[in-house]
Amino acid sequence: MSINSKLDIYNGSLDVSLIIKRWYDEESQSNYGAYIPFIGTVRSEDGIDGLSFDIYEPILFSWFNAWKVKAEKRGAIVKMAHSKGDVMLHESSYIASVFSPKRRVALELIDEFVEDFKASAPIWKYDLKDGRRIYAKDRSTAIKGSGLLGVTL
Amino acid sequence: MVTIDFLGPIQKPSLELEINNLNELAKILQEDSELSEWLQNCAVAVNDTLVSSLEVTLNDGDKVSLLPPVCGG
Repeated sequence: MSINSKLDIYNGSLDVSLIIKRWYDEESQSNYGAYIPFIGTVRSEDGIDGLSFDIYEPILFSWFNAWKVKAEKRGAIVKMAHSKGDVMLHESSYIASVFSPKRRVALELIDEFVEDFKASAPIWKYDLKDGRRIYAKDRSTAIKGSGLLGVTL
Repeated sequence: MVTIDFLGPIQKPSLELEINNLNELAKILQEDSELSEWLQNCAVAVNDTLVSSLEVTLNDGDKVSLLPPVCGG
């Protein structure tokens, strides 16, 4: 059963084993020689209890669809899962995967996809600390072309 | 009427404005001192498509979104 590229949003943490296995099963007969998952896990640092995420889904889905087209031009597909809301320490909030006939395309695409995701996907991260939700401003990246409305006219 | 949405951490209620283009929006938002830092680092989308210029005409029912710096994953 092949269902190709897809993006799923979950409330709270991701069930890594289930998602990785489900994606494997979906493509097990699709003749892809390579399946490369990237699994993002919340680490303990700076005294945080976890992370929390806001997502703007309309632009996230158009960003993902552009990647789907880009991957498919190279004979590959991408699958992605991301959390919204709270994700506690040592849980996963993000999984991205590339399937391709040969390893080289998958290795290159997973790198390009995850880097562009970090720079462009409309998702906002907050530290959960002492019962507060604090925007991770210093770890965030302005989307390319930002600042338009701040230009003095 | 054009709706202005402030996404993610900006924590500001949406606005409904009678404006015809993004230049007019920039002038109005620049008068709000609470927004000055956000205006410098936000991307702008019109009807969920990112734009790269203020030379964009706005029509009744359009939606403008401000997207602050992102950090997924």
